[in-house]
Amino acid sequence: MSHDTETLSPHAKLVTMANQIAKFMESKPHKEGLEGLSNHINDFWEPRMRRHLFELLDAGGQGLRPLVIEAASLIRRPAA
Amino acid sequence: MKDFILPDRDFGTPAAKSKTMVSLVIDGFEVTVPEGTSIMRAAAEIGIQVPKLCATDSIDAFGSCRLCLVEIEGRNGTPASCTTPVAPGLKVTTQNAKLAKLRKGVMELYISDHPLDCLTCSANGDCELQDMAGAVGLRDVRYEAVENHFQPRQNGEANPLYIPKDNSNPYFSYDPAKCIVCSRCVRACEEVQGTFALTISGRGFDSRVSAGLKSDTFLTSDCVSCGACVQACPTGTLQEKSVIELGTPQREVITTCAYCGVGCQFKAEMRGDELVRMTPYKHGKANRGHSCVKGRFAYGYASHSDRILSPMIRDSINDPWKEVSWAEAMEFAANRMKGIIDTHGRHSVGVITSSRCTNEETYLVQKLTRAVFRNNNTDTCARVCHSPTGYGLGQTFGTSAGTQDFDSVEHADVIMVIGANPHSGHPVFASRMKKRLRKGAKLIVIDPRRTETVQGAHYKAAHHLALTPGTNVAVVSALAHVIVTEGLFDEDFIRNRCDWDEFQAYAEFISQPQFSPEAVQLLTGVKAEEVRGAARLYAKGGNGAIYYGLGVTEHSQGSTTVIGIANLAMLTGNVGRPGVGVNPLRGQNNVQGSCDMGSFPHELPGYRHVKGEAVRDIYREVWGVEIDNEPGLRIPNMLDAAVEGTFKGLYCQGEDILQSDPDTKHVAAGLAAMDCVIVHDLFLNETANYAHVFFPGSTFLEKDGTFTNAERRINRVRKVMAPRQGYADWEVTQMFANAMGAEWGYTHPAQIMEEIALTTPSFAGVTYEKLETMGSIQWPCNEKSPEGTPLMHVDGFVRGKGRFINTEYVATDERTGPRFPLLLTTGRILSQYNVGAQTRRTANVVWHDQDILEIHPHDAEQRGIKEGDWVKLASRSGETALRATITDRVNPGVVYTTFHHPDTQANVVTTDFSDWATNCPEYKVTAVQVALSNGPTEWQEEYNAQAAKSRRIAAE
Repeated sequence: MSHDTETLSPHAKLVTMANQIAKFMESKPHKEGLEGLSNHINDFWEPRMRRHLFELLDAGGQGLRPLVIEAASLIRRPAA
Repeated sequence: MKDFILPDRDFGTPAAKSKTMVSLVIDGFEVTVPEGTSIMRAAAEIGIQVPKLCATDSIDAFGSCRLCLVEIEGRNGTPASCTTPVAPGLKVTTQNAKLAKLRKGVMELYISDHPLDCLTCSANGDCELQDMAGAVGLRDVRYEAVENHFQPRQNGEANPLYIPKDNSNPYFSYDPAKCIVCSRCVRACEEVQGTFALTISGRGFDSRVSAGLKSDTFLTSDCVSCGACVQACPTGTLQEKSVIELGTPQREVITTCAYCGVGCQFKAEMRGDELVRMTPYKHGKANRGHSCVKGRFAYGYASHSDRILSPMIRDSINDPWKEVSWAEAMEFAANRMKGIIDTHGRHSVGVITSSRCTNEETYLVQKLTRAVFRNNNTDTCARVCHSPTGYGLGQTFGTSAGTQDFDSVEHADVIMVIGANPHSGHPVFASRMKKRLRKGAKLIVIDPRRTETVQGAHYKAAHHLALTPGTNVAVVSALAHVIVTEGLFDEDFIRNRCDWDEFQAYAEFISQPQFSPEAVQLLTGVKAEEVRGAARLYAKGGNGAIYYGLGVTEHSQGSTTVIGIANLAMLTGNVGRPGVGVNPLRGQNNVQGSCDMGSFPHELPGYRHVKGEAVRDIYREVWGVEIDNEPGLRIPNMLDAAVEGTFKGLYCQGEDILQSDPDTKHVAAGLAAMDCVIVHDLFLNETANYAHVFFPGSTFLEKDGTFTNAERRINRVRKVMAPRQGYADWEVTQMFANAMGAEWGYTHPAQIMEEIALTTPSFAGVTYEKLETMGSIQWPCNEKSPEGTPLMHVDGFVRGKGRFINTEYVATDERTGPRFPLLLTTGRILSQYNVGAQTRRTANVVWHDQDILEIHPHDAEQRGIKEGDWVKLASRSGETALRATITDRVNPGVVYTTFHHPDTQANVVTTDFSDWATNCPEYKVTAVQVALSNGPTEWQEEYNAQAAKSRRIAAE
C-alpha cells in the first residue's frame, strides 16, 4: 500500500489553516481583523495546535501571512 | 390504507384553512367548521362517517365513487359530500332509506368486478372496500359480470382483461385484479409526492392504473417508491410485501425515522416483536403523513445478518476478533484507556459522538470525555457537514439554528436552493416544496449540476446558476452586489433589525466592481444576466426562502458562503416570518441534536464556549468535576495528533470516519497509530478495521430517546422491540463510563433529558411528558417560549442586531492543472443514504448498486470513454476506479459521483483541504483526472483484502 501522497506535514497544515483564517480577516478593518484572527485561534485551536503555531512564530513565522504574525501577541500561548 | 388499531381518523378531505367559520346542521347536530370544508369532513368532525371509497384526507376530493351521497334540504338530488362545501344554515341528512338504497347499488357494481377471496386476501381486516360493503349492508350481488378484470381465465379461455400482479418493486406489489379505480394512488403520486409516475390509462370499463408507459413496470417507471400510493390504496391492490408475508400488524408505536434530517414521524406497526411495516404518521409535523423510500421501506438493515450482536476485543488490529461478554469488553476497554491516560496524560484520548444516535446518547458521550476523561476532545460528523453553518449563522444572526419550520415553505414565493438536492437528500421536504412550486412559487437553484431538483413534473427553476465548483462565495457575493447596487434591499428592515453602520460598511465593500456578476462570470461560469435575474427575483419576488446543503458548507470557504447567505436574507428582509428564512438542510437524522448536545470540542451543550466560567460552573456543580477551559481537538486535528503520537485512544459511536472523512489514507494512518480504538456500531464498519474493541450498537427501533431534526424539532424515538444485542447505546456508554470510574445511574433516557434541561437554557422547558402531550417541540423551549419556537428571529435577532460581514472570495488551493484538469464534486441519490451502511443492507440496492461517475460527453469523448466503461479517477491524494456514465447534467470540466459504496472509496480521492473556520473538509471540489481503466485499482484490492482480514472473528 503506497503512502507516497502529497499530504501536508503538521506544521505545513497549520500554516495553511492560519493563512486561510488570515485571508478572511484581511477584508475587515485592520484592528477588527487582528482581533478576529486571534480570537478565532484562541477559541478553536486546541493547545497542541497553538503550541505548534508558536514554534513556527518563534522561529520567525516563515510562510505565515503578516496578519498572523502581527496577531501573535494576542494569541494565547498554551501552558508548557 | 386506513388504520385499524388506534385509528388515525380519516376525515375524507383535507382541512380547510379559512378563518371564516360556517355553521350547519348534519343529521340534527350543529357543527361549525372553517369555510371551504367539505360536508364529508364536517360530518367526520362530529363523529359521523359518511361511507366513502375514493376520498381520503391526504388528497383533494375527487367525487368518483358516488358512495358518499347525502341529501341537503332545499337542494335537488343527492350530491357527493366530499366535493360539496359547507354553507351557512345547511341541513344535511347522511342516512335514510333512499341514500341506503343508492349506496347499496353502487357497492353491488363495485363488488361485481372484484374477487371475493377476502379470507385469503393480504388486505383482510385492512380493506376499506370490505368495510364499506359492511357499512352499506351489502348482502347479495345481483349482477353476474359478463366481462371482469379479476379472473385469470373466463369461459374456459384466458381473460384478456386480466393483468397479473406487478411484483417488480422490492417493497410492494400491485395487483390489478383488486383495483377499484378510485384514483387515490394516482392522486397521491401527484399531490402528495409530486412525481406523477402513475396515471389512469383507458376510459370507462377499460380504466386501469398504470405506472409510466404500457411497457413499464413499477420499477422501470418514474416511481420513486415513496409509498404514498400504497398508503392511499383502500384495497389490497397496492400492498406492502411485508404485510403479504407476515399478516396484518397488531399494535403500533409512533417513532421517528433514523435517516435524513427531515425527521419524519412513523408508526412502527408490529406483530409481537416483529416489525410488519413502517407507515408515515399523519400528525408528524415535519412530514405531515408523507414518507420516502428510505424511511418507509428501508429498515431491513436492523435485522440484517451482518449485525454484530456480541462485544468483541483484540490486542492488535492484525488479530482476528474475539467475542467476549459485555463485562469482559468493558474491562478490556477501560484498562486500555486508563493505561493510555496514565502514560500519555488526559488529553491523549477523546470521543466522536454520533449524529445517528439520540440526543441523550450524544449527551452522554460528550459527558464521558468532559467529566470522565477530563478533556474537551469531542467531535461529531457535523464537522464534515454543517460545522460552517454553526459558525456562519452564529456570527451573523447569533445562533446556528435554522430559522423556519418546514410548514413555512407553504408560504414561500421564491425558493432559492443552494448546494442541495432535496429531491434526493431530503425527499419529503422536496415533496412539500414541489407542491408549493406547482402552485406558482418561483425556484432558483445554485448547483454545478443539473440535479433532479432543477426541473420536475409541472415546475422548472426560473434560474439555474450552474456554477463552477468552488465559486460559491463569488456567486453569492455577486447576488448581494446586484441587490445593493440596484437598490433592491429592504432599507426599513435593515434600519430596524440590523446595525446600520455595519450595513453601510458592508454595502461599500460589496458594491466594489470586482464583485459584480460581469466581473466574476469567467470565474464562476454563470452568465451575468442570469445572476442579475436571480438577484432581482429573490429580492423582489415576495417571500424569499433559502434552503441550502452541503454544497455550501463542504468548501474551503464554506463558512464564508453561509455568511453570504445570511447577508442576502438580511439585505432583503427575508427573516422572521413564515415563508422566508435561512434553512440549512441537515444531512443526518440527529445532526442538529448532536451539535446542540455539546459534541463540538469548543462548546458545552447549548453552544456555550468552554472558556465561559459561568457555563463551566453549571457543569462543575452538576457533574462534580472541573471542566477543561481549553478547546479540544476536532476530528482532523485528532488524526494529526495521532500521527504525531500525542493522541492514543478514541471512543467512536455510530460514525464511520474511515469511510466518511476525507483523505482516507491519512485517516487510516491516524487510526493505525492509536493504541485503543473503540467502535460502537451496528456493523463492523470500515473504521472497525482499525479498532481494538467493538461494542455492538442498537437500532433506533430498540431504544427510547429523542432526535432533533433540521427545524430544531425534538421528536421522540420510541423503543418498539428489545435491543437484539442486549443494551441500548446509552446503556453501553454508561457501562463504559462506570468501568472508567464514573458513577452514573441513569435508568431511563428521560432522566438524561432532565439533566439536559437543567443545564441548557434552550432546553429548559423540555420534558418527556411535554413531548408526549405536544408530540414534538422546537427549541428554544423555556420560560419565554414554553411551547417551543417554530420561527426564529421574529422580533429581533438572537444576537440583537443582525450583523453584515464582508465576504471576500478566496479561490481554493485545490486547482485544476495539466495533471488534474477536471473538478470532481459529490452528492447523494434518493435510494441510498450517506456511506450506505444501512441502505446497502436493504433492497434499495435495486436502484443503485454501485457508485457511478458522471462525465460530460465532451470530456468523455476526449478520453475515449463510453457509457459503462471502467474509469480510473485520480487526484493528488489517491486514485480509485468506478464505472462512468455520460451525461450533460454536468458541465464540461466537471465530474460527479455519489459516495454510498465502500468499494468506490471516493474519499481516497478527496484532499485534506478544509473550511478556514471549522476544518469542514472540502469534499465538493477536488481536481482530478479520469482515464479508462480495466477495473478496480491496486489500492481498492489491497484495501478490500485488508478489510476482509480485519473482519475475521475467531471461532470459539
